[in-house]
Amino acid sequence: MAHAHGSNVKRIWMVFGLLSVVTIIEVYLGIVKPEILHLTSFLGTSPLNWIFIILTLFKAYYITWTFMHMEGEKKWFRRAAIWTAVFLVCYLVTLFLIEGGYLHSTLAPLVKW
Amino acid sequence: MEANIAIPTDGKNTWSGGGVRPFGASYGKMMMWFFIVSDALTFSGFLAAYGLTRFKFIDSWPIADEVFTHVPFIHGNYPMYYVAFMTFILIFSSVTMVMAVDAGHKMQKSKVAWYMFATIIGGLIFVGSQAWEWNTFINGSYGGVKTTNGKVLQFVKDGKQIALSDFVVGTRMDERVTHSKKNGLWFVSGEEVPKYSLAQITASYKADPSVQIRIEKIDMDKKKKYILSREKGLAELANGQRVVEGANLSANEYGNTIFANFFFFITGFHGFHVFSGIVLNIIIFFNVVLGTYEKKGHYEMVEKVGLYWHFVDLVWVFVFTFFYLV
Repeated sequence: MAHAHGSNVKRIWMVFGLLSVVTIIEVYLGIVKPEILHLTSFLGTSPLNWIFIILTLFKAYYITWTFMHMEGEKKWFRRAAIWTAVFLVCYLVTLFLIEGGYLHSTLAPLVKW
Repeated sequence: MEANIAIPTDGKNTWSGGGVRPFGASYGKMMMWFFIVSDALTFSGFLAAYGLTRFKFIDSWPIADEVFTHVPFIHGNYPMYYVAFMTFILIFSSVTMVMAVDAGHKMQKSKVAWYMFATIIGGLIFVGSQAWEWNTFINGSYGGVKTTNGKVLQFVKDGKQIALSDFVVGTRMDERVTHSKKNGLWFVSGEEVPKYSLAQITASYKADPSVQIRIEKIDMDKKKKYILSREKGLAELANGQRVVEGANLSANEYGNTIFANFFFFITGFHGFHVFSGIVLNIIIFFNVVLGTYEKKGHYEMVEKVGLYWHFVDLVWVFVFTFFYLV
């Protein structure tokens, strides 16, 4: 095993605390939905949604780096997995969301409410 | 074959890479990572498709905290609490898993076993919760009317959604009953007849002036669904085609049909991953108890299964955000 054999117990509990706090913040915001964040728009969606997305990526980083121990792997092994996934996901999501927006702008005027 | 490869790999250790450790990672661990990358792309495909569909119906998509509002054993409206609990359980089982890996590094057999056991319990609680969540979603709680042009009408009183049973009175008026083996000479299976008929709902709507109809269309300034006036509501109700209670793949009371389809597909696929993770954890748990890794001299197998288990947690973090929060 490439990484040190020292115990990480303290760090694991710290990360657990961090992830729990972030989840509680997310749920709190999801229930309260402060109007100033929820009903305004910033870069295509509400600031509240951006907060959710950023907090999610924050959690994903900690899960991958500490729980899945990516921080202890060799640099290029890490990059082989992370860069590949991040690049392809960004590519896919960008195209799909643009297409979704286009579908809405084309089809929504045809729907009678 | 030999001419094409630099280092001959045949022999007993071929399966495990023959001791070759590119990037200092063992063959098994590396392949687990590459599997995770490809599986992550599968999930991204699902979530991106969900995003596309949601953008397509951005002005009529169901609002998640009006759909997922139940907590087991407690009555009332508690949006999000139960999914938050599920998220918490999964993160916690990730912690016990990483504790098992940590204990494995120190060759503490019984500690590894206990932490694996806790992880399995956490996984079972999660899958159980998901089954409950599906059950609630499928049975529904309010009921609605689907119109001939495929839209779902819901009923509200003082701005709050009410169930059909809260205002519908009287008899069905159309004598329909669900076909079962005991009625009819010849048993023909058929759709289950909903509790109330359309005519009965319309009559009750007319009789109770406090009931209004809510449509799927969202007021984008307030991010709330439009509530129709009494007259407009009656006109919409005249287009009613069928009564929907709960959800299945062809109709649901929450709104867009494809919303329920994505719910079943994405949470189902994730739930299946959790299930297979539990099975793998159980196998490894028994190996730990039997001392397999003690004999082998290292607990790397716990680490590899752990990677998969954390990945399942990682996916849930994203599903939670995009299905329940955003």
